[in-house]
Amino acid sequence: MDAELWIVVLASAVATYAWRGLGVLLSGRIQVDSEIFNWVACVAYAMVAGLITRIIVLPTGLLATSLLTDRVLAIALALVAFYATRKNLFVAVITGMAAIIAAGYVRQQLAII
Amino acid sequence: MNLSLPADRLAALAGMRDASGVPAAVLAAGMIGFGAFSLEYGFSVWLALACTAGIWALPGQVVLLEMLLSGAPGYLTVFVVALTGARFLPMTMALMPVVRRPGGPHWTVYVVAQLIAMTGWAWAMQRCPAMPQAQRMPYFTGFAAACWLISIAATAVGYWLAGSFPDPMRIGFVFLTPVYFFVILVGDVRTALAAWALACGAVAGPLIHLVSPQWSVLLSGLVGGTLAYLIQRNYGR
Repeated sequence: MDAELWIVVLASAVATYAWRGLGVLLSGRIQVDSEIFNWVACVAYAMVAGLITRIIVLPTGLLATSLLTDRVLAIALALVAFYATRKNLFVAVITGMAAIIAAGYVRQQLAII
Repeated sequence: MNLSLPADRLAALAGMRDASGVPAAVLAAGMIGFGAFSLEYGFSVWLALACTAGIWALPGQVVLLEMLLSGAPGYLTVFVVALTGARFLPMTMALMPVVRRPGGPHWTVYVVAQLIAMTGWAWAMQRCPAMPQAQRMPYFTGFAAACWLISIAATAVGYWLAGSFPDPMRIGFVFLTPVYFFVILVGDVRTALAAWALACGAVAGPLIHLVSPQWSVLLSGLVGGTLAYLIQRNYGR
């Protein structure tokens, strides 16, 4: 089991590096069709967007013990913080994290009362 | 690369120094989240560190964890991680003419290539054109190497934090990853094409997951991405 995980991780690393190495090799030599790049970029964006939405809406494990409303609220607050600080990603991320932690503690207190 | 020249060393140090501010803080937040995520999924700390050092692309790392957890076979996981890394081909092809030193390619460039990721790429594309040609590669190497090392350390920190705090705090650390990506993707979308791809993927992701958890990442990317591409090509211009 553990050996298989290592193989998957190392193979993923090699596969990811292959794009970088190929980029060095091809840079300045050929003009790659920008339509294909557009499509690949779309697929990559959609893949990550789909995964992140799924983690927020249908999480597994520990995250699944938080409430959907809290997660959505925390994400919304993070976005507000992002725009309010002229796109400071660090502040936004910390805001989102603080919001979900605060929500968790508030719910705990409410449950005790 | 020959770092014995003082000018090269200074440029590399300047790169490391520039990386050690906001870029490092943002990366560290993302990688602390990844560390926490990987503990949550039962990875050993060494596997988590190998992900950050080897794949060195947070989307690919998160895809890897999520797919393995949802029971996807290993070959499919590698394939999808490779797909998320495809952006490095055009990125690297765009970066190389900017940073490559005069006198043509050198094998060390292939080592530096491993360090290419979104943060260092965006920074170098913006800053390097204003520098003397000879200083660009050492500067980028210093910047990207600092990002890489800080991220590896942050992965370990996240792994440790996730194991030693009460549940509401741990949820917060694990939550760093989705917040990080959501804000980057939605808050900083640059083109209509990207916006369509995000929207289509965001709808397709959870829906397809309900039908097929193992294939959901790949399918939502292919379906949502192709749909977005076609919408933009037919109606967007």
